Amino acid sequence: MEQAALALMNAFPPLAGVPPWAVTLLLIVAAAVVILVFALTFEGVGSLVLRKVAGDIQARIGPNRVGPNGILQFLADGVKLVLKEDIIPANADRLLFKLAPYFVFVGSFAAFVVVPFGVGLIAADLNVGIYYVMAVTSLVVVGVLLAGWASNNKWALLGGMRAAAQIVSYEVPVGMALIPAVLVAGSLSLQDIVRSQEGLLGIFGWNLFHNPFTFFSFFLYFTAAQAETNQTPFDLPEAESELVSGYNVEYSGIRFGLFFLAEFGDMFIVAALATACFLGGWNVPFLHAGTLPWIWGNLLSLGVFLAKAFTMVLVMMWVRWTLPRLRVDQLMRMSWKYLVPLTFVNLLGVSLWLLVFKGKGIPGMIASLFG
Amino acid sequence: MTARPDALPTQEMTINMGPQHPSTHGVLRVILTTDGEVVTRAVPDIGYLHRALEKIGERVTYAQYMPFTDRLDYLASMNCNCAWAWAVEKLAGIEVPERAEYLRVIVCELNRISSHLIAFGSYTADMGAFTPFLYAIRERERVNDLFEMICGSRLTYNYARIGGVSGDAPPGFLEKTKEFLDYFEPKIDEYNNLISYNKIFVHRLANVAVVPASEAVAYGLTGPSLRGSGVPFDLRKDEPYSVYPKFDFKVCVGAGERGTTGDCFDRYMVRINEMRESVKILRQAVAQIPDGPVLAKVPRVFKPPVGESYFRSECPRGETGIYLISDGSVNPFRLKIRTGSFVTMNIFEKITRGLMIADIVAVIGSFDIILPEIDR
Repeated sequence: MEQAALALMNAFPPLAGVPPWAVTLLLIVAAAVVILVFALTFEGVGSLVLRKVAGDIQARIGPNRVGPNGILQFLADGVKLVLKEDIIPANADRLLFKLAPYFVFVGSFAAFVVVPFGVGLIAADLNVGIYYVMAVTSLVVVGVLLAGWASNNKWALLGGMRAAAQIVSYEVPVGMALIPAVLVAGSLSLQDIVRSQEGLLGIFGWNLFHNPFTFFSFFLYFTAAQAETNQTPFDLPEAESELVSGYNVEYSGIRFGLFFLAEFGDMFIVAALATACFLGGWNVPFLHAGTLPWIWGNLLSLGVFLAKAFTMVLVMMWVRWTLPRLRVDQLMRMSWKYLVPLTFVNLLGVSLWLLVFKGKGIPGMIASLFG
Repeated sequence: MTARPDALPTQEMTINMGPQHPSTHGVLRVILTTDGEVVTRAVPDIGYLHRALEKIGERVTYAQYMPFTDRLDYLASMNCNCAWAWAVEKLAGIEVPERAEYLRVIVCELNRISSHLIAFGSYTADMGAFTPFLYAIRERERVNDLFEMICGSRLTYNYARIGGVSGDAPPGFLEKTKEFLDYFEPKIDEYNNLISYNKIFVHRLANVAVVPASEAVAYGLTGPSLRGSGVPFDLRKDEPYSVYPKFDFKVCVGAGERGTTGDCFDRYMVRINEMRESVKILRQAVAQIPDGPVLAKVPRVFKPPVGESYFRSECPRGETGIYLISDGSVNPFRLKIRTGSFVTMNIFEKITRGLMIADIVAVIGSFDIILPEIDR
């Protein structure tokens, strides 16, 4: 950010008199606002798309009242959530009850900071990118547990306990399934991981096709991440037909809205990480987006990235409206008995591959055969 | 794990499931005692929908009671209508025109299909897959259209009459029924492909809440819940009434297809297969239906002779038995209704011990209970 601020001051002479820290602060705030706006827009539009997709899959129409063809439904929903009465149960732990939604929302929203949207479009290219995402999304556990506990409702408590157990269990396979991408790139930074998939190979440069193990780990990651973010078929914490609504059962109004937004935020984060780590991120096939003029390179790469990420989001919605839900013991068994060992074996496989073939993937080797 | 002497004491948690809960299929209340997610005891508490239907029966005339039977099981009103008509006819010894009996069988089997559709749909929704529910609703809509055509009503039909039915099938009804059958039969395979053999779905249901055949008989289960345990008992075959003996159909029983005989999956599959058998019966009935009157001559002030009778018929949720005592007046002296859902509550506590909370939902759904039948 500081370099960006200095560059900006050089580019705009009138800014020369302003202290550098002020410009940096301004830029940080601006970046945060842009990301927040993006996240909220995505979450709003995402909820609309989710309902439209659901309508399509379930042989019905879906929302079609607000605005042409219902496209303004999410605004109506948002306004409704904000205006609704905020009820705190009489015996709830008021402080924790109020605090919980922020944990969940911040946990989901903060992960947006390191999402590489384009060549230069990243709020903070942390050198510990993936590690940061894993760490910050863990905050969700705290919020969900707090919400379940503070509501003073047994169903909410059960939901909170389920969520905590589930998120903690599935963080292991999620992390393990992401490491192959880190190994291939040799860096934790998401930008470096995306850049490592650059090249003239087009989509065969993606980590997905790097070697059999990375191919496999993409699916492992996607499954485990669905579970970590409580998406169907792993939506046990909010299992509507069992726990009524789970940890957020006592929440109303905008506090519920925050849980709701966080859910969609999580959905995007999963899709974005899958895109960045396995599907080539913002790389435009057969083009070096980085060498294009700044504005075109960024626009093009942003478009490519969003297209890929939204496709993944659509896949998640598709799964969501198709599959039934697992039982809690089956869910735990799946994590510890199947996914965790599989991801470990997979990690070993990737490491050996990189060691034996000196970091080259199958497409790379085929390409070098032809010079 | 052995408890350390200085460990914090743990306590079982009592949770109230219902009467407002999305998966108790109405206003059933189950008092759960749980150890974490494991249910140590689940006691059903019924009575939230009690409307004294039996007592009302003693206060209204035989014909006036017909609309009340609609409310006995609102998902299978036709079956309850006809059960009442058959029961009163048995008491009074009334001969019913054959066309009326055929029409009754047609509407009963159509209603069985629509009731099983709801059972199937809500069960999958309970298991977390909401989409099949809407598919089931889509097909049920066509059945409702047919009923609207024949009696003008879409939920509480009041179609049967003592001595026949309220009106003949309108022109085009039988053709529409045939059309529906042609449309519906392939849909059953669609359901099976979509959800029945889905791995997660099977894992949720197989080997859960097994009711052995001996126990199912001992506890008086009837209908699909009994047949799910592998007991081939169907009143339409074993104690034939109306024109059922004329039709060729199979009694579907659970066979432990994916687990143990008598588990939730078997009870679920029995309903799916029964829809096929209903289609079979309907095809035959629509083809064979004779011409003629649809209502026997029954005196306006209807007074059955002194006596008593018990008539039972196969409703979608098991045996609906109607016990009537007549003292020769216009009202029944005593009316007792035995329903399929009610008896499943007896075995509920026994088979749910040690299951998970999510399984409780699976058990409730597998019995396909409906609360107005339980509470009456």
